[in-house]
Amino acid sequence: MLEIKQLVKKYQTGDLAIDRVDLTVENGQVIALIGPSGAGKSTLIRCVNRLENSTSGEIWLNGENIVKMRSGKLRRTRRSMGMIFQEYALVERLTVMENVLSGRLGYVGFWRSFLRKFPQSDIGAAFGLLAKVGLDTMANKRADELSGGQRQRVGIARALIQKPDILLVDEPTASLDPKTSRQIMRLITELCEENKLAAIINIHDVALAQMYAERIVGLREGRIVYDGNPDDLKPNVLSEIYGKEDWTNVRKQKTKNKNSIKEIPNTDEHMEEMQ
Amino acid sequence: MNDIPENTQKLGVTKMETAAFSENWSPPPFIKNPLLRWGLLLTFILYLSLSIGSLDVNWERIYVGLDRGAKFVYGFMNPNFSGRWTDISEGIIESLIMTVTSTAIGIIISIPIGFGAARNLAPLPVYLFCRSIIALSRSFQEIIIAILFVAIFGFGPLAGVLTLSFATIGFLSKLLAEDIESIDKNQAEAVKATGSSWWQWLNYGIQPQVMPRLIGLSLYRFDINFRESAVVGLVGAGGIGATLNTAFDRYEYDTAAAILIIIIGIVMLSEYISGYIRAGVQ
Repeated sequence: MLEIKQLVKKYQTGDLAIDRVDLTVENGQVIALIGPSGAGKSTLIRCVNRLENSTSGEIWLNGENIVKMRSGKLRRTRRSMGMIFQEYALVERLTVMENVLSGRLGYVGFWRSFLRKFPQSDIGAAFGLLAKVGLDTMANKRADELSGGQRQRVGIARALIQKPDILLVDEPTASLDPKTSRQIMRLITELCEENKLAAIINIHDVALAQMYAERIVGLREGRIVYDGNPDDLKPNVLSEIYGKEDWTNVRKQKTKNKNSIKEIPNTDEHMEEMQ
Repeated sequence: MNDIPENTQKLGVTKMETAAFSENWSPPPFIKNPLLRWGLLLTFILYLSLSIGSLDVNWERIYVGLDRGAKFVYGFMNPNFSGRWTDISEGIIESLIMTVTSTAIGIIISIPIGFGAARNLAPLPVYLFCRSIIALSRSFQEIIIAILFVAIFGFGPLAGVLTLSFATIGFLSKLLAEDIESIDKNQAEAVKATGSSWWQWLNYGIQPQVMPRLIGLSLYRFDINFRESAVVGLVGAGGIGATLNTAFDRYEYDTAAAILIIIIGIVMLSEYISGYIRAGVQ
């Protein structure tokens, strides 16, 4: 269980990225964290993994306060948090296999990893995961030879091979086309269910969030302004999170102005699919 | 509720209209103030013409010198490989040994210094220390270092090897550090996020990103070191340079020509090979 208490992150520039956030993620719960750009979604999960240090507050994972950890302990704790990134963040010049196995770095010693002599069980697990994400024939390809969707699958395998308790997912679909986005979101949520994993998924695509998450948390200017069921995400709530905008008539508008390409971007396509 | 989208639409239309109406466009000048812009240009032209005017060209001397130059060039038309072949081959072999050794030593020392001189890896004291080693190495020309090392270690290839190693450090560490500073942070961060140790992070997150450049630079430095090994020989630091110097001292331009041709050949060969390898590691 992950418990964030009164978390504050203030940048050196004085910008307040996270403002007294309280958030509890139960075991196995998949949360979508939505909100406009700059709301602090990325910062929040980066603080959980300590890629950034929070200014004040507490983050408890399985009964231990991450904020207070020193480097050795932090490294061991990071193993139980799998991260998936927006731009995949694979090491491009390493092979797919090396990228997946890098998820085991926290478990093996330096020389083993340096010589790429990972334990047989790790290699077996890596092949298993690659098969699960449909890339088992790609093991020896270099990561930069893959397409965006394939790269994100490798990213997912890298996170899962850590045997984490929670996934921290930062805009997994922002660089992908709508179809691949859905596949990736489905893959992530299915794997979470299968492995009883909790997840915080940052996503700015409201429709995708509603489709795949069981709980939605809305962040605005570093503060939680919504926390609840995906179905209760009504236009007034969206206005609360993203600011005032027409959230209902998107489709009607489109039919009215046939010649106009200018539309409220992004959301309409997904709205369409949902209707 | 409807007023907001309407607004945005209106905005879009006005934008398009203004775009259609403004017909003339020229890029904004680099220096805004026209007085300063033209003033600087004028000053530069004035300074340049004055400098050229201050060059003392002695045409008579050049006329005489042309003759000597011709003799020099003529000497090179008839390279003599066989006359002093033992000297030449010994010099070349010594130069090659110096090049390989100094490049290897230089690379081995450069890598840790390069990592230490990358601001995104090293803490400030380490960074400053490594940067000052680089600055020291870069601020002296090879010849000056060679003279110093010859004074310390005596004539011979040892002084040459040390000189070239020292010069390699300045070159390689600086460029390696710059490459490390411009890596993709996300890739490195993702490796860190798995719970890797610092060394594993270097090995998985940083090294793959800088490896092609490191290999390319090392091969390039190999070229440079071979050429420099001919130069440092002129001050007694061993290698083919010593043979070349002797040939010039004896006015044996044909032998000198042979030596230069061999140097050019070896440099071209290593250029070709390194180009081939570099294409392979990209």
